[in-house]
Amino acid sequence: MSIIALKVNGTVHSIDIDPETPLLYVLSDELHLRGPKFGCGLGQCGACTVIMDGDAVRSCITPVSAVNKAEITTLEGLGTAEKPHPIQQAFIDEQAAQCGFCLSGVILTAKAFLDQNPKATQAEIGKALSGVLCRCFTHVRMFAAIERYARGRRA
Amino acid sequence: MSTGSSRRDFLKTSGALIVSFSATSLLRPFAFAQGQFDTHMSHIDPTKLDSWIAVGSDSMVTAYTGKCDFGQGMYTAQTQLIAEELCVALDRVRLVQCDTSITPDQGTTSGSQSTPNNFNTAGLAQAAATAREALLSMASQRLGVRVDQLSVANGVISGKAGAHISYGELIGGKRFNLSLSSTAKRRSPGEWTVLGKPVPSLDITALATGEFEFVHNVHVPGMLHGRVVRPPAIGAAVVSVDESSVRGIPGLVKVVVRKNFIGVVAEKQQQVVQAASQLKVTWTAGSGLPAQQDFYEYIRKQPSRDVLIVNSQDVEEKLANAAALIKASYSHPYQAHGSIAASCAVADVKTDRATVWSPTQSVYPTRSGVATLLGIPQESVRVIFVRGSGCYGLNGADTVSYDAALLSQAVGKPVRVQLSRKDEMAWGENYGAACVIDQRAALDADGAIVAWDCENWAVSLGGRPGYDHPGNVITGALAGYGPETITPSTASEPSGELRNGNNAVPSYVVGCISGKCGGAGKVRSERVLVHTVKSPFFTGPLRSPLRLQNTFAHECFMDELSAHVKSDPVAYRLQHLSETRMIDVVKAAAKAAKWDERPSPNPKRAKAGKTTGRGIACVAYEGDNGYVALTAEVEVDQAAGRVQVIRFVVAQDCGPISNPAGIRNQIEGGVLQGMSRALGEEVTWDEHNVTSTSWGTYHSLPLGIEVPAVESVLINRPDVRATGAGETAITVVAAAIGNAIFDATGARSRQVPFTPARLKAALDTRS
Repeated sequence: MSIIALKVNGTVHSIDIDPETPLLYVLSDELHLRGPKFGCGLGQCGACTVIMDGDAVRSCITPVSAVNKAEITTLEGLGTAEKPHPIQQAFIDEQAAQCGFCLSGVILTAKAFLDQNPKATQAEIGKALSGVLCRCFTHVRMFAAIERYARGRRA
Repeated sequence: MSTGSSRRDFLKTSGALIVSFSATSLLRPFAFAQGQFDTHMSHIDPTKLDSWIAVGSDSMVTAYTGKCDFGQGMYTAQTQLIAEELCVALDRVRLVQCDTSITPDQGTTSGSQSTPNNFNTAGLAQAAATAREALLSMASQRLGVRVDQLSVANGVISGKAGAHISYGELIGGKRFNLSLSSTAKRRSPGEWTVLGKPVPSLDITALATGEFEFVHNVHVPGMLHGRVVRPPAIGAAVVSVDESSVRGIPGLVKVVVRKNFIGVVAEKQQQVVQAASQLKVTWTAGSGLPAQQDFYEYIRKQPSRDVLIVNSQDVEEKLANAAALIKASYSHPYQAHGSIAASCAVADVKTDRATVWSPTQSVYPTRSGVATLLGIPQESVRVIFVRGSGCYGLNGADTVSYDAALLSQAVGKPVRVQLSRKDEMAWGENYGAACVIDQRAALDADGAIVAWDCENWAVSLGGRPGYDHPGNVITGALAGYGPETITPSTASEPSGELRNGNNAVPSYVVGCISGKCGGAGKVRSERVLVHTVKSPFFTGPLRSPLRLQNTFAHECFMDELSAHVKSDPVAYRLQHLSETRMIDVVKAAAKAAKWDERPSPNPKRAKAGKTTGRGIACVAYEGDNGYVALTAEVEVDQAAGRVQVIRFVVAQDCGPISNPAGIRNQIEGGVLQGMSRALGEEVTWDEHNVTSTSWGTYHSLPLGIEVPAVESVLINRPDVRATGAGETAITVVAAAIGNAIFDATGARSRQVPFTPARLKAALDTRS
């Protein structure tokens, strides 16, 4: 165990933890965050995604020791129910969810990609999401939501 | 007030929607409660209005339902139902879902049965209608105005002269003390202001902002973490467990062994993951598995339980004398639910009672199973539903609830169990069944179908545990309870009413038993014989269980028949259908798709390179629980054997529509999930165990695909019973795609999934 400082959604937390612990377990078990989810533990589905210094990262295969001083944003770090972030609002407007378990990965992967590639085409956005699964297959609405957000961002 | 008070306190004090506060906080208001509704001291009587509906002094309406939401929209739709029947706004309704201490036992939320059960004249709908009539009657007495002179709006009942009284003033905080009324009248669809409208999902904001609490997010004070260690091979049993192999792992609390069930418990999740992978267990070799490549031939040869569903007893004669006799065989693999979340549950087992926070679709049956495994009375177990990820049937939700209960009992503390992806996909879930289906049809000189014979073999082992069979899922079986299995028997002649719940009977036959006909079609000579054989793997309901497999075979075969007689596939279907609701969906889908009317395959198809085609399929889901037709337009890359669906058009009739927005979402998801299952999903195995245990080996279509357009035509029928809508559209997808591939290429794919290798083989052998 060792003391690790973690900056999550703008707040610094000091946690006594085995440094090999996956970041996901720290976020969900220690900080009780609900955004990042355990889907596969293998980095294959995207449910555990967080944004780390601007990049979408799979927290289930990222040891907490690898975070260093990076700033972490989870789904709840974007906006709140009272004041959702525009990409969250786009998903609400398009009703782009069924069970919603994958949403964190879909929204954060799309956001990180569009932040870095604001002029991305639909095909490029699709490619960026090629490693993200939604098993309810809400694909149609999710792409509509991402498009809506991308349009608003460009405007 | 001795009974019901804490329930009322809960109503008064909980200001937020149930979705937005913690599942564990539900416990507090009930912690000291005794009595009929508040604890497991006695069960909840579904014939009493108070079991379903309560009204607070602020006129807030709380409804208790045994049908829960795991993404299919039942939370929103049931809230609409209550708002509609009680004439209040949506935000004046609180819906409490699936908790054995406070909601009525409605069995399992499954099989597209929630709408039929709760949106017609029984269950929640009957309770709501009873409550409205009771409130009107009370208001009539209090105001001295006849009931037919009263009007209701937003929880306030008014007479014409302006006198009015609110629900809260009439009953707030008190019990109705009434039985459900069998004569209580539902508000008619013509009056609806909330039901039937496209109401946005009530939980989406919490989902999109990360505030929604899934079962994975439940934290109980003092909670430890558990993992399970499953056998390395099917049929393997524990020989010995070397506990010294994990000694020294920090935080390790206990290695738990109960017959073949093994689990580990530790303080932190990382520690328990390490312990589970490091624990040395010696297992027996296991029973071995039949070779996958010969599996469909293997199951035909197994002892079977046989059921004749229809038998007009003249099929062989008609086949022998046919102008043309057409035969084909179809096969469908085991498929996984493959929920996006590996399942999770939390249990807190004390010496004499237990609480389980579970993603199960069946809180009451799970309560019974947990009680059996723990050896305590079921009245001492409380199961609280907390949503897991979408499950589509019997994923690991029930088995992980058992896991958590067993581990918590062993350590005497609350334990959270998170299955690994492999635990879930190799052992945790009960797969959708593999099937092989033989079809034969007799055509007359004009090309009409005069006889249809269908014989199918489907595998089965275990299934939903229900109240009495915890061994129907892996944890119960490992802990020493046997799964339900197949007792071979021969078929007797059909009797009683037509039972087509699995869609074993094609839509085009009359479906007659002793002169009483329940089919959707016109073909009078019919025989359907179903063999069920023992499965080497656990099986269970997966979205449209067997209905999808059977419909794939029926609807592809119908296409083969229409191609044989060079008839248009839509016209040929209409020629053989009698059920008007089927005819209407087929026509509606064809019209919306601008169906290109001609025989298949397309005479202008390209023989090489890329080519396009269209196909149709339809079904009366479960015989009478929803009607759907689907067209698919595909592009086939014949060199690569790859299929790209360009567009789906769905026409669906599920009676009166509760929420068109919700249904469209279900249709879109169902159709694309069906596409993923048709094109890539297949459970694989070697000689010992399942090998498709991650997303690297079980092939789900990711978000990155080129997403086809999905257009939905909703046929609203306010004058009939409400039917299911969650499993209808997926039932016809594989067939519609297979038929479109045939139209595009002239090659028939009779085995799901249509992988590039299989499609290329079909292309190479086409005539």
